[in-house]
Amino acid sequence: MLYRETGQFKTSYKKDMAIFPIRQDRWALVAILIFVVVVVPLLATEHVIAGYLIPLLIWSIAAIGLNILTGYTGQLSLGHGAFMAVGAYAAYNLASRIPELPIILVFLLAGLIAAIFGVLVGSPSLRIKGFYLAVATLAAQFFVEWAFATFPWFVGGAASMVIDTPKMTIFGYHITSTLDNYYLILGFVVAGTLFAKNLVRSQIGRAWMAIRDMDVAAEVIGIQPLYTKLSAFAVSSFYGGVAGALYAFCYVKSVDFTAFDLFVSLKVLFMIIIGGMGSILGCFLGATFIVALPIILNEIAHLFAGRIPSALLSNIEHMIFGGLIIFFLIVEPHGLARLWMTTKEKLRLWPFPH
Amino acid sequence: MHVELAFFIEVLVAGLLSGVMYSLVALGFVLIFKASGVFNFAQGAMVLFAALTFVRILEMGVNFWLAVAIALAVMIVLAIIIERVMLRPLVAQPVIILFMATIGLNYFLEGLAQGIWDSQVHGLDIGIPDVPWMWLLESTNILISLFDVWSAVICGVLVLFLAFFFQKGRIGRALRAVADDNQAAMSVGIPLQLIWAIVWATAGMVALVAGMIWGQRLGVQFSISLIALKALPVLILGGFNSIAGAIIGGLIIGASEKVAEVYLGPIIGGGIESWVAYFIAMLFLIARPQGLFGEKIIERV
Repeated sequence: MLYRETGQFKTSYKKDMAIFPIRQDRWALVAILIFVVVVVPLLATEHVIAGYLIPLLIWSIAAIGLNILTGYTGQLSLGHGAFMAVGAYAAYNLASRIPELPIILVFLLAGLIAAIFGVLVGSPSLRIKGFYLAVATLAAQFFVEWAFATFPWFVGGAASMVIDTPKMTIFGYHITSTLDNYYLILGFVVAGTLFAKNLVRSQIGRAWMAIRDMDVAAEVIGIQPLYTKLSAFAVSSFYGGVAGALYAFCYVKSVDFTAFDLFVSLKVLFMIIIGGMGSILGCFLGATFIVALPIILNEIAHLFAGRIPSALLSNIEHMIFGGLIIFFLIVEPHGLARLWMTTKEKLRLWPFPH
Repeated sequence: MHVELAFFIEVLVAGLLSGVMYSLVALGFVLIFKASGVFNFAQGAMVLFAALTFVRILEMGVNFWLAVAIALAVMIVLAIIIERVMLRPLVAQPVIILFMATIGLNYFLEGLAQGIWDSQVHGLDIGIPDVPWMWLLESTNILISLFDVWSAVICGVLVLFLAFFFQKGRIGRALRAVADDNQAAMSVGIPLQLIWAIVWATAGMVALVAGMIWGQRLGVQFSISLIALKALPVLILGGFNSIAGAIIGGLIIGASEKVAEVYLGPIIGGGIESWVAYFIAMLFLIARPQGLFGEKIIERV
């Protein structure tokens, strides 16, 4: 009853092209925005924001990036952690070597540098496909880890290879508190989501999907595979780079190559698969799932703390995590976003489905 | 013999032999990919699981061969469970879903292996001495470990056995039919589930052999599961669906990795072996996108 579009007519082309054509969706979006901007900071404790919400938002950005590459363009990548690392290190070097650069610009430039790196990594994608490409992106992953672990230049010569990020200032305002960081990230999330949502329904987005569905066929109808694939790599690693920079500056507050290892790449891949490939909403759902799952498992584990040795407990956590992933893939291989779509279809007809 | 040349040969042969050990892990991947098109990320965890099971049974004081038999039985049961619980419901899903499921399996097996047994480092001695090959050292002044030679021999025997297994007999034919087109195979009455269970069990067996050999080399511990990452460049170099490719790929990767580490490493900073293999594999791939021995990818529109 509540979710029914009866009577909402599209009377102009503009209305037909709207991102959210259904009025209830728009209301829900406004409600969510008000919730995250006003209500969350009022209600949530500092611990919840710093420990759960900030990583959740950052992972969402990273997941959007990977979803553009893997979900929309069909190029499997196991190197997303490398793009994030490049973003983080680029942001650190830009911010510390050119202190007069505005911090927002630093993040965007870091994303740009990651994008250039992404194009380099993606350049073999024209010849190498499928799992071969996935393993090839692993090369980037290991190379980046090695480079940042070996050359002290990247961290300004620090011997420990780990260094704190410089202070952030926007128009003379120092970003110090958790809440400041939260709003900064939120700004990036909102802008990034809007941009991505528009991008995937534009000409380039449709070209990506054509390449995903069958690249030879797409080429036949006049889509340039090189340009399309590389643009997907560029946009994807741009998001990855921004996410990495935010992760280093706003979450862990230090630049550390171990924070972007292969398991980070796999984690982001999990997010988009569980959330839903080829869905922007899915990125958020997947990120929520993957961020929340270890926390919930941890809470449950606390109940048993003392009775079961901690080493066994962490192994059981591993098993449950792996088991749940498999369970999810069996139950809903198209991800949480598909679940939401089915719910939506049902809601449209509810309570009279016939 | 000239000292520098002898040193080069030593590095080269050591590389070739360690390459054989990578091939051993890569073989497990190839078997499963060939028969079911699944890229099994959990192969490393299977190696860990097999090796831990074996070493713990051995530590209970069980006879060596009996321990091998028990570990083998465990791997077969594991394969049947994996087929029943994970693969059967995921039949006809896109390959990336199956790939992700094996990553989940990877987490699960790592937790299971260390949860049942433990996460200490276990020394393992499978009875092959890790000493220099004296005859070769005396005659040509080249230092090569006898252990490496033996593991190469074991690997060779295993490959011959697998090649025979895949070529001959009812099961071999069924395996190849399933590898070719599993729907067509099913329609002529080949029991797909049984074949998959057999393939996973075979991969489990290969994992056990790899686990035993690597276990003596590194000690049985968590890091043994990471050698799977070493096997991936071997895999893409050789081609995902070629047993011979896994061997040749392993030899090329092993040799070039060692040579690069010794001669190139000091120039651009050490530790390059984590990525140099991937780079070599990628260079090969650009020339031949399906790997050296992989089946040609034919695209129909």
